[in-house]
Amino acid sequence: MADGNEYVLSMQNITKIYSDGFVANKNIDFSVRKGDIHGLVGENGAGKSTLMKVLFGQEHPETGKIFFKGKEVSISSPLAALRLGIGMVHQHFMLVPSLTVAENMVFGVEPTKFGFFDYKDAARRTREVAEKFGLPVDPDMRVRDLYVGQKQRVEILKMLLRNVEVLILDEPTAVLTPQETQELFVQLVNLKKQGYTIVFISHKLGEIKQICDRLTVLRDGRSIATVDVDSVSEQDISRMMVGRNAINTVVKTPAHPGEVRLSARHLNYFNAFGKQVIRDISFDLRAGKILGVAGIEGNGQREISEMITGMDRVQSGEIRIGGTPIQGKTVRQIREMQLSHISEDRMTYGVAADASIEDNVIADRYYKKGYSRRGFLSRKAIRSETERLIGAFGIKCDGPRAMVKTLSGGNIQKVVAAREFSNAPQVLIANQPTRGIDVGASELIRGKIVALRDEGAAVLLISADITELMELSDSLIVLCGGQIVAYFESLEGVTENELGEYMLGLKTQSKEEIGRCWK
Amino acid sequence: MQSVFGYIFSTDFVVAILRMSTPLILCSMGVLLVRKSGIVCIAFESMMLAASFGGVLGSAYSQNLFVGLLCGVALSVIFAMLFGYFVLVLRANNMLVSLALNTLGSGGTVFMLFAFTGDRGSSTNLHSLQFPDIEIPLLREIPVVGEILSGRNLMTYLALLSVPVVYFLLMKTPLGLRIRAVGENEDAARSLGSSPQRIRFIALLIAGVLAGMAGCYMSMGYVSYFTRDMISGRGFIAIAAQNLGGSMPIPTLIWALVFGASNAIANAFQAINLPPEFLQMFPYAATIIGLLLVGMKINADEKRVTRRSVEKSRAGAAEEGNG
Repeated sequence: MADGNEYVLSMQNITKIYSDGFVANKNIDFSVRKGDIHGLVGENGAGKSTLMKVLFGQEHPETGKIFFKGKEVSISSPLAALRLGIGMVHQHFMLVPSLTVAENMVFGVEPTKFGFFDYKDAARRTREVAEKFGLPVDPDMRVRDLYVGQKQRVEILKMLLRNVEVLILDEPTAVLTPQETQELFVQLVNLKKQGYTIVFISHKLGEIKQICDRLTVLRDGRSIATVDVDSVSEQDISRMMVGRNAINTVVKTPAHPGEVRLSARHLNYFNAFGKQVIRDISFDLRAGKILGVAGIEGNGQREISEMITGMDRVQSGEIRIGGTPIQGKTVRQIREMQLSHISEDRMTYGVAADASIEDNVIADRYYKKGYSRRGFLSRKAIRSETERLIGAFGIKCDGPRAMVKTLSGGNIQKVVAAREFSNAPQVLIANQPTRGIDVGASELIRGKIVALRDEGAAVLLISADITELMELSDSLIVLCGGQIVAYFESLEGVTENELGEYMLGLKTQSKEEIGRCWK
Repeated sequence: MQSVFGYIFSTDFVVAILRMSTPLILCSMGVLLVRKSGIVCIAFESMMLAASFGGVLGSAYSQNLFVGLLCGVALSVIFAMLFGYFVLVLRANNMLVSLALNTLGSGGTVFMLFAFTGDRGSSTNLHSLQFPDIEIPLLREIPVVGEILSGRNLMTYLALLSVPVVYFLLMKTPLGLRIRAVGENEDAARSLGSSPQRIRFIALLIAGVLAGMAGCYMSMGYVSYFTRDMISGRGFIAIAAQNLGGSMPIPTLIWALVFGASNAIANAFQAINLPPEFLQMFPYAATIIGLLLVGMKINADEKRVTRRSVEKSRAGAAEEGNG
């Protein structure tokens, strides 16, 4: 298989077992032709990231060989990978926010003059490589002031500065708008023309079809197939990914909106630096309806959900739940108004990782009748309730007493959902409910959200996944720069591209159109 | 009472501040480097104590000042490396390791002192050396300034020098860039093949040297002998200085001088009849008050910024409504 000429890179028989016994890669063969954009697809947990971490020297496989340019190599560390010419852009940016672009670029290969760091030379080299590849960046900007798309550009340039020939991109489009994604694709095709080889990790089939030459499908840690992209349809790929035929979509009946359950009026929010993060936001949340919130991350989504749920103070404006203002109320008081909250930060605010499933499930109700008696917990009742929820949400675990941190991401989120959905919520704030979890768990959680809506809950769905928003929302608002820039009463006829234009601030609706979401 | 105030406005008082601040400055620069690399270490007390003991022993037996300094610094570095080994390699809890080292330093030096001299309290029967005072030829002639800046202990000059050295190290060298980067996002460093562990060990090593110099000054400059637990919290006060200075070299220097001054004031008040225990409390009370003030200021600043912005936006909205 590894006849050095055709394949620039070939991984053979890779098996990786993590110290907790989880087999992430099983005898995987993976070969990439020179100058290709090669897609690596699979569901979350299929082993894509692990395989690439092995290639980049961050994980060490139990078995297997790696051939690079026809020679067997051993990649013991990222440094070794970079020296060979293999670079990786991680899903989570590996940048230091308080340093400038130039300082981030040259980290580890700093230019020096008389032993001192030569910042001017670093800035010059940054400018050079940026011009060479047509990826403009300002070397003197601090990384924390960059947009997500620019940060990614710095990550790619960082690798190009190190003269890599193979560039691994781990789900690069997960954080981008449709427009930024297209821009990235133009850049990737440019790199390809200049002879670079790119490994493109994704689970978005449309993107794979658009940009890749070949693709490899992983499932449950095994390599299912490597094919030319042109020879397969999206359906074929999804069948290989999931191992069954159809991808279920959530069945949704038309909404029957009822009375206003939550109203937000003229909200403003200033962060600790005095920067205005939310500007005069107003909207209504009605019973039996899902209001989606689209927008690039960091445009006020987090602040809105934290103000509503009482995690942060309402600085100016008013939020009412069922007519009662929540100003000055504690999180518990707000939750007792039948509000449930899925936090975007699962591991910090969603669960206590070191605690058991049952302790996590009762975290919002341990003091209530049925769970507590005379100051002692009623363990028996708690356990049977937890067992019921484990069944209802299909949580894969060793039992109610299993520690949450031993579960997979999808099952952890199911624990969060089991707690938040089982409390007969009147208002549900779901912030990134399916981020980073497998398709099965996502489907279950989406289905449950729709079921809650049908039972009459008012749902605010904040998500970075546009497909999810389009699928679940009855109405949709778009945030940009802390403002509502668009409101869609119904999503019929609205395209992802159109949403992207609003998200980027290229388009804004009139005040009257936006005002419809609360007047 | 009047003599006390007269003293506070004299050059002698400024000289006393420099004398008291010297160990705080040196140690706080070490604390700052370690903190910037992203680890919290509170074992500086033990590093200084070990160094003050090592310096006395080394200089007494070799009758060579440099050998004494080397012994002291070596002991301090050993403590710093022990901290690094337990925390960075064995992944033990940094606070517990610090506590263990501080206890080891306290008990260990007394034990060794007894083993070498048969005395449990101090090293007065060892003939150890002291760092010299340095007269600076031309500077000496200038009135007031010359009196203050010339004729100070060698370590005082090194302490003042350590501030720009640490500043340049952090801001102008590749190592400094790496220390700052690792402290902020170690994954970024790791993804580019830099070992955060290595960089942190280097930061600890330099901090060990600085704390070692501070410790040696205590027993070979500030006084001329070693006594048990003679650092008496200076390692912690240095940490407070670094914290209040926001891990920036110049503000940290200023806070170290403030704490040195409170020490000097406490000494000055010994002239009048206040209970000595009350005076000894002074530097520590100053630390707590300093932490309190800075904490309150940060909170107030945040609140003011928010309030102002909210008011501004309200005013803007009202105007818009009128117009």
